[in-house]
Amino acid sequence: MNIVSSLLVVAVTALCTLATRATPFILFGNKRRKVPAAILFLGEVLPPAVMAALVVYSLKHISFEAPGLWVNEIIGVAATALIHIWRRNTLLSIGIGTVVYMVLVQGAFL
Amino acid sequence: MSADTRIVKQAFLRTIPVMMGYLVLGIAFGLLLQKAGYHWVWALGISLFVFAGSMQFVLVGLLSQNASLTTVAVTTLLVNSRHLFYGLSFIERFKAMGKRGLYMVFSLTDETYALLCAVGDVGTVEDRDRLSWWMALLDQSYWVTGSVVGAVLGSHITLDITGIDFAMTALFTVIFVEQWIAAKTRLQAIIGMACAIVSLVLLGSDRFLLPALVATVAMLLAARNLVEVRR
Repeated sequence: MNIVSSLLVVAVTALCTLATRATPFILFGNKRRKVPAAILFLGEVLPPAVMAALVVYSLKHISFEAPGLWVNEIIGVAATALIHIWRRNTLLSIGIGTVVYMVLVQGAFL
Repeated sequence: MSADTRIVKQAFLRTIPVMMGYLVLGIAFGLLLQKAGYHWVWALGISLFVFAGSMQFVLVGLLSQNASLTTVAVTTLLVNSRHLFYGLSFIERFKAMGKRGLYMVFSLTDETYALLCAVGDVGTVEDRDRLSWWMALLDQSYWVTGSVVGAVLGSHITLDITGIDFAMTALFTVIFVEQWIAAKTRLQAIIGMACAIVSLVLLGSDRFLLPALVATVAMLLAARNLVEVRR
């Protein structure tokens, strides 16, 4: 490994990552101009849509070729959602959902 | 308990799910980087200055392949392109936070974004902003800690915690359910879910998210009247 070239690779990764996060602020964060109405609208309605996409994103590796590749995940998500609808306690839902998933995966029942 | 202690405690409680996920994934990242021949100082530096979960795993590959800087730049922009959409919901909020707002922009990961979307009503605007800042800071501290622990301890870790990173999926699920219950219209959640699933089926797991988010934005803008009228 070459230290200088490794440092450059890390620096470019850091800068490009920051660029993706800062773009909305650079484009629409100007102090003198008002944020366009369409952007304010998107900012308000996007979170539920993005959260739906993130749930799918975090489950993107499941496959329906064998039960072991999707059943654990679906039961884990269903348990989390149902417990949350029932008790509305974030830590409880995430805790139980995660334990259910861990037991299923480590037990390798499927 | 002083106001500050109360806010830090709140921030800690709210970030516990992220802590479980970040410590485990951070350890996995540190382990991978150490196996690629890098001292733990690299894990520390990368997690401090890059701070992007999935991209850091890709970065280990790029480092070992001696990839060109152009490849590194294009890959990073593509892998992290979803972040383009996160800031849109916080333009005014982060701007009002001054210097702390700059750190909020830098540290806007998927998980911190999710927590910020769910921050809700916590008293004054100042309380909300301080809570947001502490959550962002704690999230990065978990990630940095995990990375360094993974790189230092290497393969000595034997505890079977397979599956604990499901806490992240559970976090997204809970916030999705929370927004589903609270929303006056569910159209945006349905559009987001439909675009993600269709895109995943059509394009496969490696490159579905950006097209899904672009389609979501286009459809939300087209349905603007519906969403706004029903609000």
